[in-house]
Amino acid sequence: MQYLVEVNNLKKNYGLKEAVKGISFKIKDNEILGLLGPNGSGKTTTIGMMLGLLKPSNGEIIIDGKKIENNRIEILKKINFISPYIELPKKLTVKQNLIVYGKLYSVSDIKKRIEYLSEKLRLNDLLNKITGELSSGQKNRVSLAKALINKPKVLLLDEPTASLDPEIGDFVRTFLEDYKKEKKISILLASHNMSEVTRLCKSILMMKDGIIIDSGSPEELISKHGRQNLEEVFLKLTRSKNEFN
Amino acid sequence: MSLIRIYGLFLRHFFLITRSFPRILDLIYWPSIQITLWGFISNFFASHSSYYNNAVGVILTCAILYDFLFRTSIGFNMLFLEEIWSRNFTNLFIAPMKISEIITSLVFTALIRALIGLIPAIILTSPIFGISILDLGYYLFFLFLSLYIFGITLGILVSSGLLRFGPSFENIAWSTMFLLAPFGCIYYPIETLPEIFQKIAYSLPLVYIFEEARNILINNTINLENLYTALKLNAVYLVLAITLFYYSFSVARKKGTLINIGE
Repeated sequence: MQYLVEVNNLKKNYGLKEAVKGISFKIKDNEILGLLGPNGSGKTTTIGMMLGLLKPSNGEIIIDGKKIENNRIEILKKINFISPYIELPKKLTVKQNLIVYGKLYSVSDIKKRIEYLSEKLRLNDLLNKITGELSSGQKNRVSLAKALINKPKVLLLDEPTASLDPEIGDFVRTFLEDYKKEKKISILLASHNMSEVTRLCKSILMMKDGIIIDSGSPEELISKHGRQNLEEVFLKLTRSKNEFN
Repeated sequence: MSLIRIYGLFLRHFFLITRSFPRILDLIYWPSIQITLWGFISNFFASHSSYYNNAVGVILTCAILYDFLFRTSIGFNMLFLEEIWSRNFTNLFIAPMKISEIITSLVFTALIRALIGLIPAIILTSPIFGISILDLGYYLFFLFLSLYIFGITLGILVSSGLLRFGPSFENIAWSTMFLLAPFGCIYYPIETLPEIFQKIAYSLPLVYIFEEARNILINNTINLENLYTALKLNAVYLVLAITLFYYSFSVARKKGTLINIGE
């Protein structure tokens, strides 16, 4: 079994507060792994460590066979990230932003890559528009294009469809499914949208208070906890007090 | 180091500046106003001061030199703050850019920004006040180089604070140059300062640069020792600033500032 991402006994402390308490998981090639948990459960901290923005207090993250702590730049070339909480420079046009990030990721044929992504993400009419003047759905597609500019092997998604209308949300989900199938990339999806996770992920990690409290496929989790859907499983697990610590 | 990545970050700021006429105007406006004001003050002092009466352009030349220092330093900070204000900070730090590449790119971009503001102001001084900064001769290059290095050093120091403490450090970014200006002896000889302040001033490269600028213009002599001392001090401060920047980046990764600052 090939694993593109291996996280072993990962911990993060902020002073005395333990944000992540020794979690371990793996992501296979060509897999979308869902990361669920309430606010403050440690999802963003985990993603931050995988992106090299945070230094783990303990444990290791291995991506494509290399530890991120010793090979940060090399690994950052192979991964990318999208979140509604970060933005691209607002005053630049869409095309300028993609050119800039193409250069930052040392993309060899930027023009061709932008053409490909524009076609796939329906950006052709937006390329010369100012990024800050786009609608949230348009900005989301541009951010996705930026996140794919370097042909990442691993894509980290933090609530990628938050604040999008159902039509755009569905477009993004369909795009991600197709892109993953075509390019065989691995994706870590942190989301609060349970139907999205059910649709996209074959396996899920449930986090609470910095630990993984359960894992499995959506069907397994629904069956195991005797609930109707993933949202009910989520509510059951997150409302139960401290039984996992 | 990758030149493509360095160019990429330069391009981000180049696009930003060239897309916006108000931004270009803003870069040119303040140096021009500042230098025009000092031009008139300079003219007044030249005709009413025995110290300056043989060198009409001394104050104005020093004003131009100080403005170059100010623009370089503030330019570097602005480039860094721009990433925070536009919520692009996280995108930048998850791109595969080495710290050395980020610093190199911002150092170069800050120079371009400073020159965009300063060149029109320098051109203004000749027809309006009949003064040319080129009177400093080829030593002008070394004076500018020293000021540029010190401006960048201050910019890197403040950016280290932004990395370590986040946007709350922003106000310090604006005030550093004003804090150091009295010790720089920009418009007056070092003897003007109280003795304790003189000791502080001698530990900064600024005093050697401005003393030498006045020496060249007033006495028509050159004391190379001042230029060497300024460059040596600059080298020390620059190495310290870069070391601090790396340290702040490491602390920011431990404390989580890189995540919080970007959102």
